[in-house]
Amino acid sequence: MRLGSGAFAASCVAIEVIGVAIFIRGFFPAPVRSSARPEHGAETPAPEPVAGVSSNWTKLPPPLFSKVVIMLIDALRDDFVFGSKGVKYMPYTTYLVEKGASHSFVAEAKPPTVTMPRIKALMTGSLPGFVDVIRNLNSPVLLEDNVIRQAKAAGKRIIFYGDETWVKLFPKHFVEYDGTTSFFVSDYIEVDNNVTRHLDKVLRRGDWDVLILHYLGLDHIGHISGPNSPLIGHKLSEMDSVLMKIHTSLLSKDRETLLPSLLVLCGDHGMSETGSHGASSTEEVSTPLLLISSAFERKPGDVRHPKHVQQTDLAATLAIGLGLPIPKDNVGSLLFPVIEGKQMREQLRFLHLNTLQLSKLLQENIPAYEKDPGFEQFKMAERLHGNWVKLHLEENHSDILLGLGTKVLRQYLGALKTLSQSLSTQVAHYDIYSMAVGTLMVLEVLTLFLLSTPHVLCRKAELDVPLLSPVFSLLFYLIFLVLSAIHVLVCTSSESSCYLCNLPWLAAGAVMVLVSALFCAILSALIRMVTDGTLLRKNATVASSGWSEVNLLLLLGTVGHVLSLGASSFVEEEHQTWYFLINTLCLALSQETCRSYFLGDDCEPQHHFQVEQKCVNVLACTLQDSTSCSTPESESDTAGKRASLLEAHRSCKWWTVLASPWLVLICCRLLRSLNQTGVQGAHRPDFSHWLTSSDHKVHLSGLAALSLVVIFILVQKGCSLVSKVALALGLLGVFCYRAAIGIVLFPWQPDNKGISKGITEARFVYVFVLGILFTGTKDLLKAQVIAADFKTKIVGLWEIHSGLVLLAALLLRPHNLPVLAFSLLIQTVMTKFIWKPLRHDAAEVTVMHYWFGQAFFYFQGNSNNIATIDISAGCVGLETYMEVPATFLTVFGTYVGPVLWASHLVYFLSSEGNNGSALSRACFCYALICSVPVATYIVLVTSLRYHLFIWSVFSPKLLYEGMHLLITAAICAVFTATNQTRHSRA
Amino acid sequence: MEKVAGGINASSWAGLPLSVRLFSSTIGYPLIVTQEDTMKDTDIKRLLYTNLLCIFSVFLSIFIPSFFLDNFSILETHLVWLGTCSAFVTGANLLLYLVVKPNVSSKRSSLSHKVARVVRCWLYFLASCFFLHIIFVLYGAPLMELVLETFLFAVVLSTFTTVPCLCLLGPNLKAWLRVFSRNGVTSVWENSLQITTVSSFIGAWLGAFPIPLDWERPWQVWPISCTLGATFGYVAGLVISPLWIYWNRKQLTYKNN
Repeated sequence: MRLGSGAFAASCVAIEVIGVAIFIRGFFPAPVRSSARPEHGAETPAPEPVAGVSSNWTKLPPPLFSKVVIMLIDALRDDFVFGSKGVKYMPYTTYLVEKGASHSFVAEAKPPTVTMPRIKALMTGSLPGFVDVIRNLNSPVLLEDNVIRQAKAAGKRIIFYGDETWVKLFPKHFVEYDGTTSFFVSDYIEVDNNVTRHLDKVLRRGDWDVLILHYLGLDHIGHISGPNSPLIGHKLSEMDSVLMKIHTSLLSKDRETLLPSLLVLCGDHGMSETGSHGASSTEEVSTPLLLISSAFERKPGDVRHPKHVQQTDLAATLAIGLGLPIPKDNVGSLLFPVIEGKQMREQLRFLHLNTLQLSKLLQENIPAYEKDPGFEQFKMAERLHGNWVKLHLEENHSDILLGLGTKVLRQYLGALKTLSQSLSTQVAHYDIYSMAVGTLMVLEVLTLFLLSTPHVLCRKAELDVPLLSPVFSLLFYLIFLVLSAIHVLVCTSSESSCYLCNLPWLAAGAVMVLVSALFCAILSALIRMVTDGTLLRKNATVASSGWSEVNLLLLLGTVGHVLSLGASSFVEEEHQTWYFLINTLCLALSQETCRSYFLGDDCEPQHHFQVEQKCVNVLACTLQDSTSCSTPESESDTAGKRASLLEAHRSCKWWTVLASPWLVLICCRLLRSLNQTGVQGAHRPDFSHWLTSSDHKVHLSGLAALSLVVIFILVQKGCSLVSKVALALGLLGVFCYRAAIGIVLFPWQPDNKGISKGITEARFVYVFVLGILFTGTKDLLKAQVIAADFKTKIVGLWEIHSGLVLLAALLLRPHNLPVLAFSLLIQTVMTKFIWKPLRHDAAEVTVMHYWFGQAFFYFQGNSNNIATIDISAGCVGLETYMEVPATFLTVFGTYVGPVLWASHLVYFLSSEGNNGSALSRACFCYALICSVPVATYIVLVTSLRYHLFIWSVFSPKLLYEGMHLLITAAICAVFTATNQTRHSRA
Repeated sequence: MEKVAGGINASSWAGLPLSVRLFSSTIGYPLIVTQEDTMKDTDIKRLLYTNLLCIFSVFLSIFIPSFFLDNFSILETHLVWLGTCSAFVTGANLLLYLVVKPNVSSKRSSLSHKVARVVRCWLYFLASCFFLHIIFVLYGAPLMELVLETFLFAVVLSTFTTVPCLCLLGPNLKAWLRVFSRNGVTSVWENSLQITTVSSFIGAWLGAFPIPLDWERPWQVWPISCTLGATFGYVAGLVISPLWIYWNRKQLTYKNN
């Protein structure tokens, strides 16, 4: 089966998209969520189940504790309290654990063991997954139902001192707060004194209900010198004295009030033996949880090991303790010892509330919830509970009642445990199996790409893809069988849910077929490489001798960028990488122009493929040589090409050629200061902020109008007359749209009052966009039908390009219109003065287009953070939110840079090289250069999945990469389609 | 201190033959091979010594100022170090130019011509400083803030690159273009110049890499990492060039124009 390299690349990228999708689905497990949003107001609490009559106790049970103090010590490991260190350095706490009125547990934290997700888990009772971040679009505010929100709604007064993450998570929830920053890790004294200094005052006042203290010092010590440092002991003693202070103060207050108070000592995560955290080792996930209250019974001489519970259990316990509804997304179960001292009816009521909430969550998240053992247990317990209440209401105080009650209790506890477990296994785990299959597919595609690279670049743009070869069919079936066996084995043995196993058998089988087919293709490609290895080796030596600086830079830059993705800072500041690379590229191009114009004699014929192509002087004698690998049809075009080249050489003055890289450099510098992006520079003032402030509306209007004019001038030259008019009207419409929504001003209307949604204007522009795109497509089709109509085809491609430009002009915000104008300017300059005169080959031009596309992605203000996506682009011209068009528009608005540069690449190569191989070669290069970062990044992310910044830095980038690959697949499809028309013409 | 160093070096080079090149070009073909080989070897040896002197001057610039200034350190008083480093390296280069005279001086040597030459060298040096400054700004250096820092970085980088060029080739753009084009090198000295210049630029280029990292180290501040990178690149170039030339001495053939 012969396949053009373009079609080959497009199908490979399509398979890669499937692989990445499977990987992402495994990497971001679906969260367990209640569908009822918390905004819907307080629901009436579930009444007590009664058999027959209705209960007289429908309100929420009253709080158990009057005051709650939560003392959270960052990175407090369980052995710091319960182990030998605790005995040595925390005498008071040890006394409380062993003899005092307290309950102690070891609470297990789920990875990622990082502060913010842990705080969320403690307060919502749920296990935050990354999808939450997407849903909240990175707004730091915690939107899920949580204890703090419920407490505030119930009128509790909450005071917070400590890590300012809390203040970000719960803004306006605290009546008083003082956030300390965890930025200066080397400070471990001041950061805690800033918390403790408020303590005396607050404890004396007593006008609060909940006090939260978050101490960071221990974590900082861990990061500096590890868990065995002597500093740890000092810090633990300090914490012990703080705990004693709080406890004695609470005890003295307890005498005055009716209800007792509760003191909670907990850690958010542990500390590994090296002092860091984030992963899932035992030291990192084990944290102490100590509940101290005079309501609890003293346990003289009770020194058994503390029970293991989940960290999420605290949320339900706190909610019950404060008399609040349990958070809706909670997956934890109530800590039973806390309510052990209460009456049987109350105990049962609390357990019922918790179990009901969990079973509701189960119903909403698992389709087959009725078969879940926990749910069955719950139904059973509820029925028994009803009977018990009925007996109780009949005033039947007997031993039977007590016996039945204990039985119900045990039933409830069993149900709670099972429900909680089956809910938490839904999240929390990476779906390693799906991730592995996805990675395997992506890596196979990448290997296939790399194996066919020398073939495509050095020889011809067609590939033999032996899919039907009978030799491999046996191997293929064997691999398929083995994979299916593995699949069955994994799916039957794994406990946690797995995406691939939940797929229908047919779909999973299709994935297996793909994987094994790819494997066979790789094998055959390898065999082919070995068989004509000698020829390739000869070619390779020739190619390596002809590497110019620009080629070297393109290769090293791409490799360097891919490697840089392993460092979180480089991912955050990826725009710097691209700006740096394109600046260097411009300098290298400038050097190349200088060389070719001042010393035109350095191109010697032995440099085969690249060098002589860019050298004008010796071109005439060696052009035959360079295109010898292309198809015979190009021979007839060679003469025309040479003529056009010489003409181009004559038409452009030498100084314009020399100046053009510098012009591009200056444009890039201006664009760089337009939008500050990334993390380190995001807060710096930039030009776009200045423009968008309301004082500078006039400047913004002027700039937008100027940019639109520049866009028109640059785009109109290649269009037909109809499209020119449509383009002009469309760009006018863009300005009208922005004026209608009140962002820019008309000069004759300095203060417009009527601000509308601009639906009419935007739709007016859409009409022209569609019109231009339609004209372009029509021209393309015409060129296909009427043979040898080369010019129509070029015009058609340019019209499609200009239609996309018009759409981009509509979607980009006015302050970003200069980005579009500069992008077109750079495209024009590079085409006219650099790529054409210097005769870069298709691969080089493709890589340069890719680099510029990436740089323009960041020039328009994007970053690898989800917060910078401009969602407003999705509402342009839409009355209400419609998912499909809004998504499409947002994606286009975000990826304007790469898309426009790719469409320009199609146009440029079609207008330039008359042989079809250039375009399909470019398609191959584009697919390759886009899939290398994705494949590498997937491997990197898998290995860094317990990294500290996995959720904040690496995961958003993974989504960006996935989306970019999808767009690349679309672009490659367009490439192939364009190329197909050419083939049919030939 | 410079004088002392110069004295030592001058005495050690006094015995080296200065006119080997001229000699070799006048001898007939059969002798050329061996003569050229010996010429190359002696040239490489001299190149090694001169490069060692340049490296020595870089080290001097680190240690000498601490005798005069109380709290001198490369990172904290970076600008001072930039100044001294540039001064020392320029001094070393000028000294070498005066002592070794690697290039064949022009025939006309009237005083006015010399003065004009010096003035032109100065202009070239200043122009290269401003040119590099502009390039740094184009690369994203702040335009308004840290102007002095950026400019001193430009000065240091031109010291590493332009000053040796001026010393060796003079204010002659044609010659510069020839040296920095492919196969345009005509002597060991020019080859070394090419290597050190390129390695200084590459060092400065690589020096920009750590800036976005979040290690919060003092040397990550603009332009310290770049100046350090340029210095390392320069020193590395000085070390590598004699070795590389020695290694490839069989392959290297210089066209004597």
